[in-house]
Amino acid sequence: MTVSHGGRLRPAGAPRRRLGLAVRRNLTAYGFLSGALICFAFFSWYPMAREVVLSFQKNNFVDPPQWVGLDNIRTVVQDPAFWPAWRNTAMFTLLALLCGYVVPFAIALVLNELRHARGYLRFVVYLPVMLPPAVSVLLFKWFYDPGPGLFNQLLNLVHLPGLSWLDSRDTALISLVIVSTWMNLGTGTLIYLAALQTVPGELYEAAELDGAGTLRRIWHVTIPQTRLILLVMLLLQIIATMQVFIEPYLLTGGGPEDATLSVVYLMYQYAFDYQDFGGGSALGLMLMIVLIVFSAAYLRVSRNVT
Amino acid sequence: MPSLTATRPPAASAPPSRRAPRRRRPKPFATGHRTVLSPHQLNSPWGRRIYWTVLVSTVMLFTAVFVFPLYWMVTGAMKTGEEFARIPPTFVPSSVSFDSYRQAWTMMNLDRFLLNTLQYAAGAWAFTMAFDVAAAYALSKLRPRFGNVILMGMLATLMIPPTVILLPAYLTVKDVPIVRLDLLNTPWAIWLPAVANGFNIFLLKRFFDAIPTALLEAAQVDGASPLRILWSIVLPVSRPILGVVSIFTVVNVWRDFAWPLLVLQDPEKMTISVGIASLRANMPQTTMTAALVIASIPTIVVFFLFQRHIMAGLTAGGLKG
Repeated sequence: MTVSHGGRLRPAGAPRRRLGLAVRRNLTAYGFLSGALICFAFFSWYPMAREVVLSFQKNNFVDPPQWVGLDNIRTVVQDPAFWPAWRNTAMFTLLALLCGYVVPFAIALVLNELRHARGYLRFVVYLPVMLPPAVSVLLFKWFYDPGPGLFNQLLNLVHLPGLSWLDSRDTALISLVIVSTWMNLGTGTLIYLAALQTVPGELYEAAELDGAGTLRRIWHVTIPQTRLILLVMLLLQIIATMQVFIEPYLLTGGGPEDATLSVVYLMYQYAFDYQDFGGGSALGLMLMIVLIVFSAAYLRVSRNVT
Repeated sequence: MPSLTATRPPAASAPPSRRAPRRRRPKPFATGHRTVLSPHQLNSPWGRRIYWTVLVSTVMLFTAVFVFPLYWMVTGAMKTGEEFARIPPTFVPSSVSFDSYRQAWTMMNLDRFLLNTLQYAAGAWAFTMAFDVAAAYALSKLRPRFGNVILMGMLATLMIPPTVILLPAYLTVKDVPIVRLDLLNTPWAIWLPAVANGFNIFLLKRFFDAIPTALLEAAQVDGASPLRILWSIVLPVSRPILGVVSIFTVVNVWRDFAWPLLVLQDPEKMTISVGIASLRANMPQTTMTAALVIASIPTIVVFFLFQRHIMAGLTAGGLKG
């Protein structure tokens, strides 16, 4: 009694009744869609459009908004904190990649070879990911305390001089990278581990017969076989770390002397410290454009993976 | 090093003992899935030595890096204020006291924060389940006109991380267009934006697409309504993906910081993360540390209970934006 049209649930009827059925089917479908549609419209699509509008308006939410062209963007770019914020964000992303990208892959490679304690190691490496990020960050704030903090005490234990961690321009940013890596490492590790388990064993055997040593097998079999997931994770991590906010917000307040100010944190400051939503939105728009480039690359690549 | 003694023959100088067993032939490593190292490499004497060294040092290193900070946190909060500040620190508290925990619980309003967060997570879960599942079902099986356009619009939000539209989203919640409502400091500010998650739609639709249409058509012939088909046929076979989406939703609400920081500024409405962070300047470090322990208990318990599901979900939806 039914025919399938491109997988649709559509009862076949007389042509005259079909129109009424099609309308009803559409109405039912939109009934199902309505809840999500409203939420997407209000809390996702509308804010995106509004970000663009806000960036070019002067708006104090009392008087009617005024179009000001590029004034907001000019204000933001001329802010002495603008370039440090971008430089720090880029530096943070780069350092977080060095630690947070290479290390999880190396860990996954080792874990994949181990025949014991796998459950424990996987559990433990993922444990910090389960803590709320605010908890991890505040925990490390205490560890970084130059006096009784854990890190300086450990350094003392091996007779090294303590560092001033968050209080010095030289070490503040790297301190943020350490927290960020600690609390996010587990995700990447487990994803790489899952990817490594899909590498066909015959390839290793074949490579071995051809005389490839351990390192050459990693280089010529493991990495090519997992390269798509490696690329996807690289892009994802760039996107995630460029939005760094909670670490500087809770640990340093952007200091010392703007050394840890990030773009999102500057955006937050514009909106809630200076009450300038135009400038904040302009910053958000710039970050959005940068991230869309990475996101588009991510979507292109991940289509090939899944 | 215990790793070496495991395979080392008894030292020549050791007095021969009748009870000492002769060197046992080591059990060969299981050859399950072939990995980079060959079974031959692993089972050679040097391979075994290196293997055990690496194993033991990995276990020790991981314990030190990932477990020790948590140990330090839990025991730190058990110390008295004097012992807490002592230099050099004691690695085991000289006496166990729960005063800091009691203090954190009573002074920091933690019960309020925890209940709030529970409420936000539960509501976000319920709305996501109701709206996103229905929407994905409609897009996958009912296929209305312009369905593909809507799907594209929803997936496009994956490209724009919520952080970059933080300010306009905040302004929207403060004064929702058309209906003119102020949702700040209400649970709706968490619940409804949680539904607008393109990744949930993507996961659910992909799963529903794999359910054979013939099955649903058969039910339709028997006169089942779309809602009934969704409830009685689609949902029961979709348990795995529903579990993944549920865990993501709840964990996301629990972990989120920037969004609740903006939309729930009333101290009576804060989430546990934002609440603790807001008090960070006014509390002694011992109390603060105890509060951190209490704040991490719920998620750690969830992790213990659902470890397998969480890790499976991570790889199923591992490509998350």
